[in-house]
Amino acid sequence: MKFIDIVKTAIANSFRSKVRTGLTVIAIFIGAFTLTITSGIGTGVTSYIDTQVTAIGAADVLTISKAADSTSSATEGPAAYDPSKATTVSLGNGSRPGTTIQALTAKDITAIGKTTGILRVDPSVRVTPDYIEYDGNGKFELIVNAAATLTTADLAAGAQLDNSSTTDEVLLPTTYLKNLGFADAKAAIGKTVSIGITDYTGVQQEAKATVIGVQNETILGVGAGLNQHLTDGLQAIQVTGAPAGASDSYATATALFDASSTAAEITAIKDDLATQGYASQTVADTIGSFQTVINVIIGVLNAFAVIALIAAGFGIINTLLMSVQERTREIGLMKAMGMNGGRVYTLFSTEAVFIGFLGSALGALAAVGVGSVVSNILADGVFSALPGLQVVQFAPSSIAIIIGVVMLIAFLAGTLPARSAARQNPIDALRYE
Amino acid sequence: MSVPVLSAQNIGKSYGSGANRFDALKGVSLDIAAGESIAIVGKSGSGKSTLMHLLALLDDPDSGTLLVEGTDAKKLKGKEVNRLRNQDFGFVFQQFFLTANASVLDNVVLPLKIAGVPPRERKARGMAALEQLELADKAKNKAINLSGGQKQRAVIARALVNNPKVIFADEPTGNLDTATGAVVEDILFALNKNNGITLIIVTHDIELAARCDRQIFIRDGLEDTTESGIPRKRHAGAHAGAHA
Ligand SMILES: Nc1ncnc2c1ncn2[C@@H]1O[C@H](COP(=O)(O)OP(=O)(O)OP(=O)(O)O)[C@@H](O)[C@H]1O
Ligand SMILES: [Mg+2]
Repeated sequence: MKFIDIVKTAIANSFRSKVRTGLTVIAIFIGAFTLTITSGIGTGVTSYIDTQVTAIGAADVLTISKAADSTSSATEGPAAYDPSKATTVSLGNGSRPGTTIQALTAKDITAIGKTTGILRVDPSVRVTPDYIEYDGNGKFELIVNAAATLTTADLAAGAQLDNSSTTDEVLLPTTYLKNLGFADAKAAIGKTVSIGITDYTGVQQEAKATVIGVQNETILGVGAGLNQHLTDGLQAIQVTGAPAGASDSYATATALFDASSTAAEITAIKDDLATQGYASQTVADTIGSFQTVINVIIGVLNAFAVIALIAAGFGIINTLLMSVQERTREIGLMKAMGMNGGRVYTLFSTEAVFIGFLGSALGALAAVGVGSVVSNILADGVFSALPGLQVVQFAPSSIAIIIGVVMLIAFLAGTLPARSAARQNPIDALRYE
Repeated sequence: MSVPVLSAQNIGKSYGSGANRFDALKGVSLDIAAGESIAIVGKSGSGKSTLMHLLALLDDPDSGTLLVEGTDAKKLKGKEVNRLRNQDFGFVFQQFFLTANASVLDNVVLPLKIAGVPPRERKARGMAALEQLELADKAKNKAINLSGGQKQRAVIARALVNNPKVIFADEPTGNLDTATGAVVEDILFALNKNNGITLIIVTHDIELAARCDRQIFIRDGLEDTTESGIPRKRHAGAHAGAHA
């Protein structure tokens, strides 16, 4: 029997018992649908993160903080006070309100700077401006995204922040435009905005900054980005009138290393810092841990889909066993006419694979349809604050892989019935009532 | 003397095991020459179909040897057995074994499909076989909608579609009325005479048996040689009497 005839016969056979085939196809459909949706969410979220945080310019940056004090663990209670070491960071230097963390002092900054492989280290200053205003259109709260200079923004218009520039630059999120009185993203570029900030003595001062770019809202921290020059300027206002040394502690510092460093060299720098008591993270580490969480969630969803598919596999075994039994005579007849066992086996496994293909192709197709619709609805609704986020995205390759895997599962499920069909003795099979 | 197409030497077959063991065939020997027509006659349950299945290589004998054109069937490879079943033998089963919902043509060309003949040629040869049996007009009908006689002719068409050397027919007229039975008989003997196809027919019908060159009588799994010498007419009567 030619292969093409086997395939045709197998397809015709699977349609002979429509209800039975239909039910099995539904079981596979559910599994393939779920798997396609979860993989679509994986693709969508990952590609969103990628566009959001392509950390191109920041691959050579380490964020450094004091490593958590090992003596102050939950079981042993707080460590003894050591005046030479501990300075808790005051508000305004990067700590979360209500928390105390070990701060980096000027001494630490020097020590970090001396570490081999570190080219430069800057304490991260956190400025807390009061408001932002454009052209007398009213004052609005300004939230600063401290990570803005570390990442490459997903721009709606304009340019990225330039930390080596000597002008004061601000990168606004799209959500600020309307309130400030800009018609659209393009209209804001190059305009001068006023930023109000209170100094140490409680007097409010104002600084000017140029809008360098407008950024689509990101999931990695909301708020406006400020370049180094502007940050320094605002920090200078912020500490005006402060007693010497009051602002000399920082939650984190950013250190620059050679951009051409290998992964091993970066690890060496991090290990070196760790032995000195500093915790350090590259941008990749930060994003990596974020992606790990997402991957775990998607992995769990996928596991459910695979369980559904395994259940569907038993459906295939059952369907085919019944089909073999129903067609025992036919198998006997074909063998009596010289069909060899291998071909009979192929015939029944092809039927299994076809049922698998039918279920998975329909499931994937439905998933793409439903996923695209839901994704569009969500993009306009719940996720409208995150422009560019398509929660469900489909990669043709992953859909092909899903269909392929389901067909493989179907083939494996068909092995048992197909073997029992192939082993029939023609006369016994023909005598079967 | 030429080598017989089929030669059975003391072949036996038993079914079941232990207390349920039943010796359906207890040692039958026979030679079948090419172009011969042979009738296997005997009471119901005497082992005729069993013998026929063994001769057609559809089942393996438990004892004795079967030679196919001089070669021991046991020594034939699976592939060779399949080739014989597909190309050299045509089988008309006691039941029809037609696929009910497939068309008559599809049923008839099944051996060609198995042989890997391309669709166009398959159709041409299938139609030729159906024409030979005056069934061409029913080619597209579902097999289930044929009358008994038409079904019988369809399975004969299926048996001869691949131009076999031997046709095995198990009770080819058993399900038919006398008139239709006679038509089917004529077709089979025409094939034997005109195409030189060896004919092996299992039958209850004395008239049909009498038309064959030779008769083999089976009783309780053994050849009954006491009957075979009897002149055709008389034997036929005796056999009918035994049945009554
Ligand atoms: N698979 C089997 N298992 C057990 N017994 C069997 C089997 N096949 C046949 N038999 C027995 O073997 C004997 C011979 O059967 P067979 O079919 O050869 O008879 P037959 O001569 O063709 O009869 P009929 O004229 O009724 O077709 C019968 O008694 C039957 O019951
Ligand atoms: Mg019989």
